Amino acid sequence: MKVAELVEKLELEILGGEQGLDQEISGGYTSDLLSDVMGKAQSGMIWITLQTHKNVMAIASLKELSAIVLVNGARPEADMLAQSGTEGIPVLSTLESTFEISGRIYNILKG
Amino acid sequence: MQMHFEYSVEGGNFSQAGLTSSQVKKTLKQLNVNGAVIKRTVVALYEAEVNIVAHAYGGTILVDIDEEKIVIELRDEGPGIEDIGKTMEIGYSTATPEVREMGFGAGMGLSNMNNNSDLLEITSEVGKGTCVKIINHFKDDNNGNK
Repeated sequence: MKVAELVEKLELEILGGEQGLDQEISGGYTSDLLSDVMGKAQSGMIWITLQTHKNVMAIASLKELSAIVLVNGARPEADMLAQSGTEGIPVLSTLESTFEISGRIYNILKG
Repeated sequence: MQMHFEYSVEGGNFSQAGLTSSQVKKTLKQLNVNGAVIKRTVVALYEAEVNIVAHAYGGTILVDIDEEKIVIELRDEGPGIEDIGKTMEIGYSTATPEVREMGFGAGMGLSNMNNNSDLLEITSEVGKGTCVKIINHFKDDNNGNK
């Protein structure tokens, strides 16, 4: 499934990195610990987190993740948003909690 | 083929953390190195790079690439590590609360480095600094040849 399709199904807000919306999603990873994502996430995964700083983009880029979903209506810091555009990795936002949105994404990708 | 690169890392500057890893990744891609080896190298290097930012005043990253392998040496000026064995324990960290709040300092970095390098060597002098050496070979036996 492409990032754009997931955005539509879950009514996610697109905050940046629109160039990457046609990226294919290979799976998902939910974590707020950066080394956990660094060690365990696989390329193409969508990353669900409450972290909103620029280092999130560094990890997403190094791991070649497909997109980032910020939970609980969190907004990215300005330099994270700018980096999202540079890398072409979409930063998305939802009002839902980590639990809710992870469950819904799981159902769509694996259900 | 013999390539040598040097990068400097500023302690405390998290907005620049990962830049060296990104540069090295680009270089290895241009050299058509096995993708699995690139991924492992990037994970190990990123963790080591962030450790300089999080713990040291500054440092230098030396990268040497030949046909067979990449050798990375990260030398920092910083507090050093008293008990290197302890840092390998998952969950052990001396990171500040601010650093932890960002999602770093969970005590997983060293084990990521260990799991993603063919050779990991850490030497340290308390009050002076730490040197981390990472070697990865391009011929990855688990994932076929490049």
